[in-house]
Amino acid sequence: MTEVTNPSPDASLADSLPSGIPASVAGRFGEFGGRYVPEALVAALDELDEARLAAMSDPDFQTELAALHREYTGRPNPLTEVPRFGKHAGGARVFLKREDLNHTGSHKINNVLGQGLLARKMGKTRLIAETGAGQHGVASATVAAYLGMECVVYMGRVDTERQALNVARMELLGATVVPVDHGSATLKDAINEAMRDWVTNVEHTHYLLGTVTGPHPFPTMVRDFHAIIGQEAREQILAATGALPDVVLACVGGGSNAMGIFHAFIDDAEVRLVGLEAGGLGISTGKHAARFANGEPGVLHGAATYVLQDADGQTLDSHSVSAGMDYPSVGPEHAYLHSIGRAEYQSVTDDEAMDAFSVLSKTEGIIPAIESAHALAGAMRIGQELGPGTTMIVNLSGRGDKDVDTAARWFGLLDSQDDNVQGDNS
Amino acid sequence: MNGLEQVFAQCREEGRSALVGYLPAGYPDRDAAIAAVTAIAESGADIVEVGVPYSDPLMDGPVVQAAAEQALANGFRFADLFDCVAAVKEAGAVPVVMSYWNPVLRYGVERFATDLAAAGGAGLITPDLIPDEGEPWIGAARSKDLGTIFLVAPSSTDARLAMTADACRGFIYVASTMGVTGARTSVGSGAKTLIQRTREVTDLPLCVGLGVSTKDQAREIAAFADGVIVGSALVAALRDDPSLGALRGLTEELAQGVRQG
Repeated sequence: MTEVTNPSPDASLADSLPSGIPASVAGRFGEFGGRYVPEALVAALDELDEARLAAMSDPDFQTELAALHREYTGRPNPLTEVPRFGKHAGGARVFLKREDLNHTGSHKINNVLGQGLLARKMGKTRLIAETGAGQHGVASATVAAYLGMECVVYMGRVDTERQALNVARMELLGATVVPVDHGSATLKDAINEAMRDWVTNVEHTHYLLGTVTGPHPFPTMVRDFHAIIGQEAREQILAATGALPDVVLACVGGGSNAMGIFHAFIDDAEVRLVGLEAGGLGISTGKHAARFANGEPGVLHGAATYVLQDADGQTLDSHSVSAGMDYPSVGPEHAYLHSIGRAEYQSVTDDEAMDAFSVLSKTEGIIPAIESAHALAGAMRIGQELGPGTTMIVNLSGRGDKDVDTAARWFGLLDSQDDNVQGDNS
Repeated sequence: MNGLEQVFAQCREEGRSALVGYLPAGYPDRDAAIAAVTAIAESGADIVEVGVPYSDPLMDGPVVQAAAEQALANGFRFADLFDCVAAVKEAGAVPVVMSYWNPVLRYGVERFATDLAAAGGAGLITPDLIPDEGEPWIGAARSKDLGTIFLVAPSSTDARLAMTADACRGFIYVASTMGVTGARTSVGSGAKTLIQRTREVTDLPLCVGLGVSTKDQAREIAAFADGVIVGSALVAALRDDPSLGALRGLTEELAQGVRQG
């Protein structure tokens, strides 16, 4: 794992790919990625790809986005050293990249602002989005309100019931939330329904996909809109310690916050990149979302990647206490980084994540999103392996306000008839 | 000669369009699906598209989604597909398979081509596999003389129409409108325009699908297309009348429609 250049989405492929997964014209990360979509969407994907490439080199676009980051989102957010937490991580120096302090409470805003501006540039008047727990839905509703666009958010029926407050937040922001009853009525089905809407209304509608998966150019584009996380973190750690970190950790649901922070460090071969997946109730129980531990290469939602699937290629239901981690597939660039050994992926159980959630809250006065708590649990594990003298950055991708109810039940703080925590999205 | 070439040649001789009927394998269960595909083959479907129920059917509307869910709940396994294919062939129609890509990938592309050909299948329609990603499948299909049926859509550019037509064998699936499967009140004008644009770049048979549900629509489409594809309406007929009476009746009407166009 030396000399790894940033995988180019346009890299042409050798003929020596593993059987079954083909080369494609665009959007490949090794054998992963591509475009497994209805023909009807290809024109829109091409239009989006052209628009994003033009925007990357358009100073006006970049100036407008930078101003929004500064004045709307509140970037740059700090890199906070957390020494009392570090004692629980083998005495390592631990720094948190504070995406939790962004407007709307997570890293999601980076992507929706970028895509929202692109959608406006392409003349689209309607935004659609999928959401699991509601964080991406809230961020999408926010940018739609800001830009004066119509917004429809698809959300599994199960999730709308468990995240009623986030449904209200989206509606307060002017969005329409459409419950999805098909399939398992959770995030993956919300994505299916958003795709169906998009293929029908693509002329005036932009699909604001919320993570680094889906057909090209989404994985590349969403990564690029989040790359500011790693760019800031790299500068900040150099300023704070004078050196690169030993380890960078992030939770991986679809994988957008992780790609965002990893990207700036990919060429720094000495920096260990660790993604933490949801181990749920444990890999052996089958109730988890550990695609790299227990998934197989396949195709889901437009991309070749790792998928939790049965012997017939049917998608399996995932489980995590955290809705944002509860997805049976993963961004194709993660599959690529895994395949070449540049990043490693470990799983963290619900119990370990909730323990880390509690430790950070009580030692540092920062309540993390349960998604981000998976990365914190990874830092505790790896810190104990490596010991003092190790420097780690954890991407604190979101704040825990949305998770107070789940956490209160988990820790038995509510006098509720239903203190049996099933997770947001079991 | 592939069965698809034969059936379109025969339809041309008879001066009519082909009727292509879709039903999912395993729906409502394994044996009833075999009876259903046999019924439409006997009632006038020239080609039967046997669908593979899939957990994430993002090109399908509510009727086909619900059927896929029920088939999976009733224990559909991928290998059951080939019994339906053989039944269609046995009943005298030409079987093709329609599948999202992941189940085929998982089964093994070469293995799928071998087993499909062995069961008497004539080709595969791939709703979420575009020719850009289709090289392994195209190679496997050519070696077994199987049709590679990709879709064209109203949003396809002229360059993509030509590229897609070039990758197709058997026929081309012309999506009448932007959207997913399911009955629509009107399909005519958009489909006709796309047929004309596609005809510029190919001599392959052009079959129109998405939204066709009635004899009148079949007649209207048959006036300008080589084939008329009906799916959701047949699935609904099977859903509402498990005795297969409605399914046979609708198929017979549609078969009249394609002869009047």
